[in-house]
Amino acid sequence: MPALPVPERKMSTLILLTITGLGLGAMYFLIASGLSLIYGLMGVLNFAHGAFLTVGAYGAWFAESKLTAVSVLPRFLLAALVGLAVGAVFAALVELVLIRPLYKRHIEQVLVTVGLALAVSALVVAIWGNDARPFVAPSWLGETTSVAGAHIPNDRWVEIATAVVVLVALNAFLRRTRYGLIIRAGVENRAMVTALGIDVRRAFMLVFAIGGVAAAIAGVLSGVYFGTVDPARGTSLLIFAFIVVVIGGLGSLRGTAVSAVVVGLVQQYANYYASSGLGDLSVVLLLGIVLLARPGGLSAKLA
Amino acid sequence: MTAILSVSDLHVHLGESHILQGVSFDVPDGGVTALLGRNGVGKTTTLRALMGLVDRRGRVELAGESIQAAATYRIVQRGVGYVPEDRDVFAGLTVAENLRLAERDGEPRYELVYELFPELRQRAKQRAGTLSGGQQQMVAIARALLNENRVLLVDEPTKGLAPLLVTEVARVLERVSELTTVLLVEQNLGVVARVARDVVVLDTGRVVHIGPAKELLADTSMVNRMLGVA
Ligand SMILES: Nc1ncnc2c1ncn2[C@@H]1O[C@H](COP(=O)(O)OP(=O)(O)OP(=O)(O)O)[C@@H](O)[C@H]1O
Ligand SMILES: [Mg+2]
Repeated sequence: MPALPVPERKMSTLILLTITGLGLGAMYFLIASGLSLIYGLMGVLNFAHGAFLTVGAYGAWFAESKLTAVSVLPRFLLAALVGLAVGAVFAALVELVLIRPLYKRHIEQVLVTVGLALAVSALVVAIWGNDARPFVAPSWLGETTSVAGAHIPNDRWVEIATAVVVLVALNAFLRRTRYGLIIRAGVENRAMVTALGIDVRRAFMLVFAIGGVAAAIAGVLSGVYFGTVDPARGTSLLIFAFIVVVIGGLGSLRGTAVSAVVVGLVQQYANYYASSGLGDLSVVLLLGIVLLARPGGLSAKLA
Repeated sequence: MTAILSVSDLHVHLGESHILQGVSFDVPDGGVTALLGRNGVGKTTTLRALMGLVDRRGRVELAGESIQAAATYRIVQRGVGYVPEDRDVFAGLTVAENLRLAERDGEPRYELVYELFPELRQRAKQRAGTLSGGQQQMVAIARALLNENRVLLVDEPTKGLAPLLVTEVARVLERVSELTTVLLVEQNLGVVARVARDVVVLDTGRVVHIGPAKELLADTSMVNRMLGVA
């Protein structure tokens, strides 16, 4: 292929960075949406959320390794479904067994979730080792599509589309269902929800399960993105997801979505245009600026 | 007369303070019982304790059945409605959503609610956070009236309202008291005189007087001494 002239090359690089940044933002959103809902409704900072991602990713990887008789696409889809189910069940159990008994004891909840995060990665390392394990995805996802001269890996589109679908679905769930109503009200004033005769704890478990599914989706997608599953990825993505949540305003879905996109883009641009490694630093800077300008984050209410 | 709500030796600690120090009183079935007392004596805390919203010790019986150990949502499901002091409407939800959230088992009484507060029908789609204080109070009361309750705990419904609205709320309370028993915290003695049959007076975490409302209100020196109003 002939080399593009410089301005076009700059343009195509920008497009690639933007789409990749959006893909990264999509991943952040999938993790951060659950974190944000859980914090907004229950006041729990869930440091085990990265473990939901890990459990989902390894659930999918494990299922894939057992489904060798099936061809690639159905195998991938089935394995992904298994990963999501594992993520949901695991998260719901965490709420039931670890969080619920510590209701309103926030320090203990933090300790328990941190402990669980450590335990899950240790367990995964003990069973499957420290190395990344190859995760097989349909080959189309590894190919590229040309957009205005930029060659975009196809998995980016899937990441973005999935996050959009999750955002729309979550939004519809929050706006149109009774549980959605309970969750939105509970984010504002949990005590008053109970004073209307509602057992808000059921909504807690649901929010955990939803967060578990979304994190597991991120786990599967990150498996596609990197081509592997690995025991440390949940934790490293979780840090940025927390930053996304704080920037977006705790408990706000729309704020989380906007902030995930901004963080993903800033990280990509800074890594390329400034210097590799500055992406992470620039995200932390962004966090500082937003917190100074708007201490409650971009949005203070649940959108 | 039978008591619908019977409170005995109720204690509440908040932080380091012993806020309720053995509160005992009965709420007779039917009509309005007013819970009175100066600012900060523990009226709101009493209602919150009855609702299970704060840790409490003592005995609380609803129609003879103990509810002091029950969770808040169960207390409500057993027929105790609550209109809190600061209204606590859900600001981000619409008026209709605030009401929908309050629906429990059984047919929600929208007809009653809209008959009492026709304005809420027109404002169904408005976010409750953008309502005036008076309108928010209507939502808070409407939420509690949507279900049939055995007793309704209402905390200073006229607080911060213009005189015309105070009269309006008093009229609503009169109507409501035909349907359910009400335990009303109220500073406005005009409203008390109009709606309440009995009074319970609190002073620093203890009950200091129980009796017919008329009797207390007729005795200016007693009103001054116990409520500290001119
Ligand atoms: N969380 C808390 N921690 C410590 N003290 C508290 C707390 N909440 C309330 N109090 C104290 O408890 C006392 C009773 O408060 P409460 O709100 O029940 O009074 P009240 O009779 O409703 O007053 P008002 O007429 O002003 O509404 C007050 O002295 C208040 O300062
Ligand atoms: Mg009060």
